[in-house]
Amino acid sequence: MKLDIRYFAWLRERVGTAAEQVETKATTVAGLIDELRARDEGYAYAFSDLASIRAAVDQSLVAFDAPLAGAREVAFFPPMTGG
Amino acid sequence: MTLPVRVQSAPFDMGAELNRFAARVPGAGAVVSFSGLTRDLASGDLQVMEIEHYPGMTEAALAAIRDEAIARFCLTDAMILHRFGPLRPADPIMMVATAARHRADAFAAAEFLMDYLKSRAPFWKKEITATRATWVEALSEDEAALARWSKPA
Repeated sequence: MKLDIRYFAWLRERVGTAAEQVETKATTVAGLIDELRARDEGYAYAFSDLASIRAAVDQSLVAFDAPLAGAREVAFFPPMTGG
Repeated sequence: MTLPVRVQSAPFDMGAELNRFAARVPGAGAVVSFSGLTRDLASGDLQVMEIEHYPGMTEAALAAIRDEAIARFCLTDAMILHRFGPLRPADPIMMVATAARHRADAFAAAEFLMDYLKSRAPFWKKEITATRATWVEALSEDEAALARWSKPA
């Protein structure tokens, strides 16, 4: 299925793009991360430490085992630092 | 504009915002506000604090946090205003205000709003000096601060 992916903060800088559309066979966020990591060294480096990455599906925070069924947009970013 | 949740790049006047908020909370006996300012680095050489956010999710997350605070602390009203884009040292970054019949709820709700928006609203800060640019790291105590709210209020 097709998914829009968005990246923020240092994750955006490390993968080198703010947004892209991907064709994926992944069924969970974790599966999608595995696919992205396998692309090249830049993605592998960006996703090397999952403890410092958060994910959102359709703009809601989710755990990495969250399903992708019906999802349109997945976002990856570091822990938030608002306020 | 008196929208209860606002995300904007433009500067704001915290006094004017607070007066406007207080003027529309009849019945409230207490209004509490908190304002966050752009903090200079210990080295004193911060030029710009760049704030990035996730348009769409930011507004939704702030609205959800506000709704939760209103329900939990029986607030008359609450507002959240947060800036993004380049900020200079001492510039106001954000403010929250809460109104309740009594002060205890208004104080507690303001802390609740701050604790949640620090770790649950999609903002990221980058500190830029003449020679370096560094993403601000989330603090473990910010995450720990959320734990105290997981018990019934």
